[in-house]
Amino acid sequence: MGKKKTPGINSSSTADIAFLLLCYFLMTTTMGDQAGLHRRLPPIPDKEQKAQDQKVNRRNIIIVRINSADRLFAGNEALDVSLLKDKIKEFIANPTDDPNLPEKEMKEIEGLGMYPVSKGVISLQNDRGTSYQAYISVQNELVKAVNELRDEFSMQRYGKKFDFLDEDKQDIVKKAIPQNISEAEPKDVGGKKK
Amino acid sequence: MSKFGGSNNKKDVPGISSGSLSDIVFMLLFFFMVTTQLRETENKVIVKLPQATEVAKLERKDLSPYINIGTPIRSLQGMYGTDARIQLNDSFKTIDDIRDFIAAERDAMSEADRSYMTVGLRVDQDVRMGIVSDVKQELRRCSALKIMYSARKPAE
Repeated sequence: MGKKKTPGINSSSTADIAFLLLCYFLMTTTMGDQAGLHRRLPPIPDKEQKAQDQKVNRRNIIIVRINSADRLFAGNEALDVSLLKDKIKEFIANPTDDPNLPEKEMKEIEGLGMYPVSKGVISLQNDRGTSYQAYISVQNELVKAVNELRDEFSMQRYGKKFDFLDEDKQDIVKKAIPQNISEAEPKDVGGKKK
Repeated sequence: MSKFGGSNNKKDVPGISSGSLSDIVFMLLFFFMVTTQLRETENKVIVKLPQATEVAKLERKDLSPYINIGTPIRSLQGMYGTDARIQLNDSFKTIDDIRDFIAAERDAMSEADRSYMTVGLRVDQDVRMGIVSDVKQELRRCSALKIMYSARKPAE
């Protein structure tokens, strides 16, 4: 427009300004660690409920115990964390209808029909001296066992992995293979170091 | 733009244009702005999260109060020792304060969101389970039943 030539604004300092901003954000923010293992705590039981709890059949429950030295005890044997997943999978799936493993109950699931749902419950117990890392890795194995079973089920029924199913189907799979992990009342098992 | 080389240049080599440098830095800036979130509280305990492969993302970040448990940071160890402690918001608290903390967090949420509240437990991996069990029991008493054990994915 003008006939006089206006000098261009020197833009070399915008990089510095942007660097300052960048440094500011680097200092004041943290990387997202918004992921974790989701769990639902049981509500505080009433006195009546306690009597009911004890009626759970012995074969339907597997007790996973971690002692203060981070040693793992599942069912009736000591075993390594890496073997826990397979044991839990066998426990929940019970492919051979072993009378020592949990029974199944025919349940009507919307959109699927009758399906034998395992009544197995995993009871996780820990000592006050158990380290958190050990506790989480055991929790992780339990979740992994359930997730793998769900994946297998989804592959069989729908030909897709669980994560790729739509929400309705995920709900069906979740009902067919429930994640029954109970975090027991903390017990003082400090002296118990069998 | 190529004029800032100065007048003492004898050969006519054009200077490298630094105009796009700012764009590159801005891109970096946006990357960090998107992938990080503002640190709302100052950490007073050292928390090295345990590893887990089966982690799931939190759907609503704004609905989760955090409970940090770990050893106090180096500069505070003289005052508080090295035993694992609970940090709520900005200060060290005891088990009994959790009730008030949860109540305050509940109040800050809208009616509809309260049932979606998920308490995040950010616990150091070396902490003993005793204190975690106590916290969990207290949370059950406050009927804040949805919890999440924060964990990090191992690098592959």
